[in-house]
Amino acid sequence: MDTAYSAEDLAFRDEVRDFFEKAFTPEVQNSLRSVDYKEAIEEWQKKLYEQGWVAPNWPAEYGGTGWTATQKYIYETERSLAGIPGVVPFGLVMVANVIMAYGTDEQKSYFLPRILKSEDWWCQGYSEPGSGSDLASLKTKAERDGDDFIINGAKIWTTYAQYADWIFCLVRTDNSGKKQEGITFILIDMKSEGIKVNPIISIDNHHSLNEVEFNNVRVPAKNVVGEVGKGWTVAKALLAHERTGIAGVADVKRAVRVIKEVAAKEENGGQRLLDDPGFQQRLADIEVELMALEFTELRTLATQAAGGFPGPESSLLKIKGTELQQATQELLMEIAAYYQGVLPTDRDSNALGHEFATDARRSYMYGRAATIYGGSNEVQKNIIAKYVLGLE
Amino acid sequence: MNFDFTEEQQMVRDSIARFVQDDYDWDTRKAIVASDAGMSRDNWQLFAELGWLSIPFAEEHGGFGGNIVDLSVVMEELGKGLVVEPYFPTVVLFGGLIARAGGEAQQAEWLPRVIGGEILGAFAYVERQSRFALHDCQTTATRSGDGYVLNGEKVVVFNGEQADHLVVLARTAGAQSDRDGLSLFVVDAAAAGVDKMSYPMMDGQRVANITFTDVKVSVDALLGEEGTALPVVDAVVDAAIIALASEAVGIMGVLNSKTLEYTKTREQFGVAISSYQALQHRMVDTMMAYEQSKSLLFKALCEYKQDPAMAAETIHALKVLIDRNGKHVFGEAIQLHGGMGMTDELDIGHYAKRLMMINTTFGDANYHRSRYIETTYAA
Repeated sequence: MDTAYSAEDLAFRDEVRDFFEKAFTPEVQNSLRSVDYKEAIEEWQKKLYEQGWVAPNWPAEYGGTGWTATQKYIYETERSLAGIPGVVPFGLVMVANVIMAYGTDEQKSYFLPRILKSEDWWCQGYSEPGSGSDLASLKTKAERDGDDFIINGAKIWTTYAQYADWIFCLVRTDNSGKKQEGITFILIDMKSEGIKVNPIISIDNHHSLNEVEFNNVRVPAKNVVGEVGKGWTVAKALLAHERTGIAGVADVKRAVRVIKEVAAKEENGGQRLLDDPGFQQRLADIEVELMALEFTELRTLATQAAGGFPGPESSLLKIKGTELQQATQELLMEIAAYYQGVLPTDRDSNALGHEFATDARRSYMYGRAATIYGGSNEVQKNIIAKYVLGLE
Repeated sequence: MNFDFTEEQQMVRDSIARFVQDDYDWDTRKAIVASDAGMSRDNWQLFAELGWLSIPFAEEHGGFGGNIVDLSVVMEELGKGLVVEPYFPTVVLFGGLIARAGGEAQQAEWLPRVIGGEILGAFAYVERQSRFALHDCQTTATRSGDGYVLNGEKVVVFNGEQADHLVVLARTAGAQSDRDGLSLFVVDAAAAGVDKMSYPMMDGQRVANITFTDVKVSVDALLGEEGTALPVVDAVVDAAIIALASEAVGIMGVLNSKTLEYTKTREQFGVAISSYQALQHRMVDTMMAYEQSKSLLFKALCEYKQDPAMAAETIHALKVLIDRNGKHVFGEAIQLHGGMGMTDELDIGHYAKRLMMINTTFGDANYHRSRYIETTYAA
């Protein structure tokens, strides 16, 4: 039972802090808020790549950092302290892990270095118009034609498909067995003929979601990851792989810090909002749960680092993490008061008085998705009931 | 970074678990609670022989030299068995205060007797008006000749009925709520002028209201410097809260697993009630409440082990979370056991009542949330 930092850990922390201070310049920060998010975040990820830190969770042999659990924790903490967004997860976190675990040598040597250097933008093709959290009911069809598969169907809620060079998809290659069987994990070039991306504007007034249509799209069979028909196993491994980080603890911590800063400035009739007992109590309850969640995540991290399989505690990270994210987003909206409704315009948000309000509205509205995506929290509970508590 | 227990800690854990399983079944415990003394001195001797009473004390006094994690392991396991023998009042509070506030001679006089199971102790600190404010103290100790004279009343003294010796918090100077001017005295529970009114609590404990009428103690009875007791008491209370939280985590774990098992066997409308999604989700929620409580306990343990001052904020948070999650867990345990959960015969309600007493001891969620806010949100 020990979380004390060693001298090496402290030196590492200073090194990370120092790098972020120098690299995350005001120019980088401004560019990330600008309209061309893709270019800005790719540029930032390339800086991380040059530093060798873009993939803390990859094994060193593929270009990862080879950090200890403590170092990963320190890195995440420092990242959030500095207000730096996480990397776009679809390539670096999701598909990369699948390729490392199930990919052919050819797939590894082609895709992994490109992912590491942010040369390809990836998106995730899991959900379909008819299948939400019931992922296995997916219908997008892949039919064999010589050395290729012909894909027909549609994917939906595809984040940043409009930017994507590649999409990793679960497709149906067989209809004869149980619905979990006959699913195949396949990588599709977004420039292929027959792909159409239809934007979906979400309640945050932004365009990050899309529907992706596949009309007789020809994909080489060598793009299948793992065995044909074993895509469900591959998909599940991916879910299990990325438990840590899913709670977003570091980012909720930052949100709490922002809440304290702005609630200390806002006043009702001369009383700081931070001194309002009702407000204090809600914030304190969030902090208490967050402190616990941070250690739930550390317990998971420590078990994984020791080569063990994460225990029941890891299964609650998504549920509790997203609940806390939403709770902080809600508080920030309340602090913004009337300004929570202000839509972005060409006017200077500082001139409107509340710089944080626009971000607050966006995160609050888009934040509703967190308890829905990645398997809704209700489905998460079904999974925990079955696999952790052994309930049928 | 690791959250593992040492081999030694695992051995202590196993030894207490074995005792609970072999020698402390539900009927035995019920008989002990109903007995005249409300505890078993034989069990106490056994605890001494097995070394459990020595865990937090320094080796020079015959102790095990354990740290906060060792103590946590003991408390968690005792919690699982709802053990009523007064480990918390005697070892954690009475022993803890002497070890922290007492001089060399006082430690040498008292600690070996605690470790050997020769004496039972208690900490007399609550007053009728004080609620959770430790410094709100009307009991006085007045200098007289080469000693002190104590006058006042302490209420809800844990183990007050059986304790042979008490550590008493008394005012040697200042007004009722001053933070300075408090002192600690070791008082023989059988001394002239000490009167006890004992009564049972809902969690099986025996407590007492104790009045002190011109109770004379020698100057040797004073622990530490006169008038400077509060920081020492606060420090012992921090460790005591971690100990209680460990006990609560043990209890929550038992309640969850008993409830889970029950729903798998209890049939309604022709199926096990565990097959209903509404119940499954509630059990997932209580599992999360338990794991979150355990995580925050681990945070408190790691920080306290490194430096007790580091754990100050976490200890407030821990008391908040244990209170909230404890109520959630026992509430669901009773609800999911249905009518059976309402019976005194079943152990579920008794675990619930112990959690309620833990929640109120040294401050409930409201109190500690306010302390947390006070220390972290101040302008």
